[in-house]
Amino acid sequence: MKPPPFRYSSPTTVADAVALLAEHAADDARVLAGGQSLVPLMNFRLAQPGHVIDLRRVAGLDTIRLAGGELVIGAMVRQATAERSPEVALAAPLLAEALGHVAHPPIRNSGTVVGSIAHADPAAELPAVALAMDAELTAVGPGGERRITAADFFQGPFTTALGADEILTEVRFRSFPGGHAFVEFSRTHGNFAVVAVAVLVALADGRITRSAIAASGLGGTPLRLTAAEQAWEGSTAGSAAIDAAVDAGTAGLDPAGDLHAGSATRIDIARSCLREALERATERALDRR
Amino acid sequence: MTEELQEITLTVNGRRHVLAVQPRRLLVDVLRDDLGLPGTHIGCEHGVCGTCTVLLDDASVRACITLAVQADGRSVRTVEGLADGMRLHPLQEEFWDKQGLQCGYCTPGMLMRAVEILEQVPDPTPDQVREGIASNLCRCTGYQYIVEAVLAAAPRMRSENPWDPTVPTEAKA
Repeated sequence: MKPPPFRYSSPTTVADAVALLAEHAADDARVLAGGQSLVPLMNFRLAQPGHVIDLRRVAGLDTIRLAGGELVIGAMVRQATAERSPEVALAAPLLAEALGHVAHPPIRNSGTVVGSIAHADPAAELPAVALAMDAELTAVGPGGERRITAADFFQGPFTTALGADEILTEVRFRSFPGGHAFVEFSRTHGNFAVVAVAVLVALADGRITRSAIAASGLGGTPLRLTAAEQAWEGSTAGSAAIDAAVDAGTAGLDPAGDLHAGSATRIDIARSCLREALERATERALDRR
Repeated sequence: MTEELQEITLTVNGRRHVLAVQPRRLLVDVLRDDLGLPGTHIGCEHGVCGTCTVLLDDASVRACITLAVQADGRSVRTVEGLADGMRLHPLQEEFWDKQGLQCGYCTPGMLMRAVEILEQVPDPTPDQVREGIASNLCRCTGYQYIVEAVLAAAPRMRSENPWDPTVPTEAKA
């Protein structure tokens, strides 16, 4: 189908965009970045905003920069740009690896990193990366600017802590020195994940000193698998540590089944993806020393 | 609702157009209906099948999930822009030669995606082509011939040798 009628604005400053969002709140105004989630929803008429505020002309939102150990990605940075960015490869190789799993290149040429996080699809890759990397999102509203941690941001399927009067302007990823891995199982190439796992691990003298593990597809939001992190931290890197982390990380999970995979199947897939990700991240951490 | 028309400028296959469009209009519909370029097909209308693929500032996008207003001020390349007058583009010739199309529905999207693949990777491996065209669906499932056509077009796009239809396929490099 086609989108229902709406009014359209393309402001040139964040302040103007925030003002337009407030002005047209009664029309269910929505913010547009790459449109790769919003426009399909509008075609299906699952979303029927009365006003669309396009960020494409807003100055300063299309940059990637390194600032004080943080990688800052603006709201209009396309996924394909981030995927090829030397700054991303340097500061957030986990993000670069995950981006290769986000849909297909023609979608990544338009879709944005921040847009995918804002959309908060529980099967999407980038929310899990944001959670694993303790990313912070910068939201600007009528009251000014605030930072929202990824842990607070994702509240349910397609539901976030972003206020209806706020716009996300950037995401900030903290660099994690160590090994990384992003492993995903999807029904066909380029689909959303059935289950995806993001792992970061740091080693010292062959022991796991610090880790961050998050997964998509196992609940209404991406999940931080803290039990897995605790289970292997302090242990000597190796198969016993990985076994312990896989068992702890998947114990007590009760994902909802759907037509792609039932609950028990999802847990089986999670165990397999988690094991592969822990192994690969450990190998890379060893290579980095 | 009264929608205000938006004035947009699109450069399509090198020709500049100034148009007034409703914000709800999809790029694929503006190309087909307003500019009379029906070569770009409409398939799933939600970004999955890829038959509406066009190049926007030389990067492939789904024209069915791109609003025309998002393309304002940018350049668009469609399948109509591939041939040089009556002379087909090497990819078009190789799709023809290698039976790279059956029903033809996916072909415009496949061709534009293949242009992007070969512009980014001029000498791709078969696996790179397979991975690359995984973004586009062919429900005749003739993928093998499409892969062969893209691989055959690659050296020709690098050297720009003219295609000679009188030379049998087997004799070509």
